[in-house]
Amino acid sequence: MATLGHAATMPVVAADSPSTVRLVDPSQTIDWGRLVLLRDYNTRVVVLGTCFLGVGAGVVGSFTLLRKRALTADALSHATLPGIALAFIIATLAGGDGKQLSLLLLGAATTGTLGVLSILAIRRTTHIKEDAALGIVLSVFFGAGAVLMTLIPKLPRGNAAGLEGFIYGKTASMLDSDAQLIAGVSIMCLVACLLLGKELRLLCFDQAYASAAGFSVTLLDVLLMTMVVAITIVGLQAVGLVLVIALLVTPPAAARFWTEQLSGMTIIAGLIGGASGTVGSLVSAAFPRLPSGPMIVLVAAAMFAFSAMAGAKRGIIWRILRRSQVNSRIALEHLLRGVYEIAEQNQATPIQDAATSLATLVRHRSWTTRQLRQVIRRAQRKGFVRWSADDKVQLTSIGLREAARLTRQHRLWELYLVNYAEVATARVDRGADDIEHVLEASTIDRLEELLETHRPTMVPASPHHIDPLTNEHGTTQ
Amino acid sequence: MTLFSLVAQRVSTDGWIVIAGSLCAIAAALPGCFLVLRRLSMLGDAISHAVLPGLAVAFLVSGSRDSTSMFVGAVLVGLLTALLTELIRRYGNVDEGASMGVVFTSLFALGLLLIVQAADHVDLDPSCVLYGSIEQLLPPPFDSWTILGAAVPRVVVMLAIVATVNLLLIVLLYKEFKIAAFDSSLATTSGIRSGVLHYLLMAMVAVTAVASFETVGNILVVAMFVVPPATALLLTDRLGRMLLLAPLLGVVSAVVGHTSAIALPRAFGMPSVSTAGMMAVAAGILFTLAAMFSPRHGVVVRNVRRLILSQQILGEDILGTLYRAAEINSSATLTTAELGEKLLATPRAIWLSQLLGRWRGFLRHTPRGLQLTETGASHASDLVRSHRLWEQYLDEQAGVASERLHASAERLEHYTDLALRRQLDEQTSTQSTDPHGREIPPERQN
Repeated sequence: MATLGHAATMPVVAADSPSTVRLVDPSQTIDWGRLVLLRDYNTRVVVLGTCFLGVGAGVVGSFTLLRKRALTADALSHATLPGIALAFIIATLAGGDGKQLSLLLLGAATTGTLGVLSILAIRRTTHIKEDAALGIVLSVFFGAGAVLMTLIPKLPRGNAAGLEGFIYGKTASMLDSDAQLIAGVSIMCLVACLLLGKELRLLCFDQAYASAAGFSVTLLDVLLMTMVVAITIVGLQAVGLVLVIALLVTPPAAARFWTEQLSGMTIIAGLIGGASGTVGSLVSAAFPRLPSGPMIVLVAAAMFAFSAMAGAKRGIIWRILRRSQVNSRIALEHLLRGVYEIAEQNQATPIQDAATSLATLVRHRSWTTRQLRQVIRRAQRKGFVRWSADDKVQLTSIGLREAARLTRQHRLWELYLVNYAEVATARVDRGADDIEHVLEASTIDRLEELLETHRPTMVPASPHHIDPLTNEHGTTQ
Repeated sequence: MTLFSLVAQRVSTDGWIVIAGSLCAIAAALPGCFLVLRRLSMLGDAISHAVLPGLAVAFLVSGSRDSTSMFVGAVLVGLLTALLTELIRRYGNVDEGASMGVVFTSLFALGLLLIVQAADHVDLDPSCVLYGSIEQLLPPPFDSWTILGAAVPRVVVMLAIVATVNLLLIVLLYKEFKIAAFDSSLATTSGIRSGVLHYLLMAMVAVTAVASFETVGNILVVAMFVVPPATALLLTDRLGRMLLLAPLLGVVSAVVGHTSAIALPRAFGMPSVSTAGMMAVAAGILFTLAAMFSPRHGVVVRNVRRLILSQQILGEDILGTLYRAAEINSSATLTTAELGEKLLATPRAIWLSQLLGRWRGFLRHTPRGLQLTETGASHASDLVRSHRLWEQYLDEQAGVASERLHASAERLEHYTDLALRRQLDEQTSTQSTDPHGREIPPERQN
């Protein structure tokens, strides 16, 4: 039976184990080849263990994240402390070895489950909300754990050294059997997720449908929570009770930026989790001053930050890019329609010859001169407009065709709103302004059919009065 | 020598511990009420965890346990937690809980990492960060400041300042906090900057978390933030009372916690245990008691109330059933088994109800079964009159289908008093039979 080793990588607990601080000799160089190829037995055990833990936590965490239960793991992992302490005390009082791993994990699982049940009980029987229920369970159970922990050193033969490992983790002293336990639990969770993928998917996305389709929501929730408990318990001694939460929350949250598919998300979350575990423990093995638990979490956090920025589906950079593209297209379309409509008002000259000054255009919409100049430059590059001799904006022939098409779309929608949606004429401009940019050809066809205007080149007259900003002096009539 | 210094000199170590615990509870419970109401309790947890890197950075920068730089660093990181959580939630479309989880675990990991780097220069015991060490902090010679000629522990002074500032802020901005807590859109339209209030609240939480981390530790301060306010929320539905009750409950937890931390283990021949832990446990016990026995929301109270009501209704149903049996045959009796079958009640419920009915003089036990006494019959006549008047009313005025009349009337009869019966009588026709053709008993004359 595995016993908790005394060695902790964390020099933080140096108070009672000064010998464990591994001092780095600056002259010592790192044999990267040896490290990456995992030639070192200890490193191999640690890397494999944390890798399996990351994969299992990532997959299970995906479901809890989508079920909006991400922080349940937080309450749960804190609630394991009294169980660990109690198991230790009982074992010691019974005369056994207090540090028997299986007993400690059993204790942890017992109070962890009790904590989850308390959250459910508080939510069901009182009007206290989920967040407060989590906070209450977390802090009160942890308080009980703190009380029991202070008892341990005062027991006859009680020596709490090693129990701190459960709070802060002690990855580097992971034993072969620990890694096997982690791998076993992770694989079991993966198999369960694979077999019950459909049911868990229903639970996450449509609980009401799941129960109507005959699945027991309670049973599925219990199953999911059991997996979370299992992962938390085996993760406790690897990364500690605060940081195991990170493995359950961060990789799935990062994976969410890359895909909109549940299966894809679980796979990516598993990969990110596994990679965090591997890279984190490798770095920690290379630089002994970097403790592995925090390193694993920080690698995961870095991956989260990268995903949040560059993630293919929801990444912030892409979203901003997409939005600015749409915005610039909309601005361009506004420019073309603006020039067209202003030219249209001035009946003296034909539209293709009409030129509009910058000042008139600035007044036409709410844009600044700088923005307008930018849009005009873009339109110029696309060959839609040109500057006339007297420094006015003029439509080119393709610009004119595009502008006529846009104005036509805008007015068709306005006419539709006036005739079918019974929107007041004075208000249709705004409504059409939003939608004109996203109208598809098929919609235009439908509109033409409805409004019986089958002349594709004709721009219908505006149903409302266009504010006569065409007046060169800027005065309204 | 002032009165204050006279008192302060006589405070024992245990006294200072209780005072420090109580001040911490008061300081935390005040912003905690708004955390609980705005469903941000876990942000309290996140901020108090994330304080760690702030402390570590302050250690690394200043190289000493200088409390000012520690304080500033930790508060800044606390605010950063709230800010980052909000940014990730808003711009990353990540669920609030998850974004909190990502932020605080990362910051906590960073803190641990930094502490390891700082371990050579400064001595910081992480278990003290988690559990707090009020007991080691306060025995003389404590780190003290002299106030009004008396030595007061530094921790107590600091907590007193934080508690006062929190109290002042909440008293001054009570109206604003109240509106923002219950209806943030109304707050915004009334010209209150709810964003500013949010970060003010977060600042209060961060400052309180930092100030109390030495006393109760950064996880147990969550107990002080969340548990007393949640307990208060079970006891009252008014914000003002909640803000009074929560600190009070916190102080009770502190006193009970410290007393039991000393007294309980001693009863088993053990030395004392962690006061901060016991404070959290005491707060948890108070919460459990409130969840059970709160006058309005308590689970036990609600169940007892429901039990009493269902007993009352069953008792009335027994009277009504016996009355109807007596209408057919004036000397009719029904056994408890027969009653149970008619009223779909368990034998035990029937037994309890008939016992109560006999005790109140409504029922008489005869060899053949139960029978109404005279008082019982007059009560039963009221009930049956209510029932049949309702049937008549529902039939004539509400147009309820005849086969559904009985079920509705059966429910309404238990809540119908004399005044309502008179009103029903006025609104229905003068016919003396109900829609099923049974006679409506006349109103009793007394």
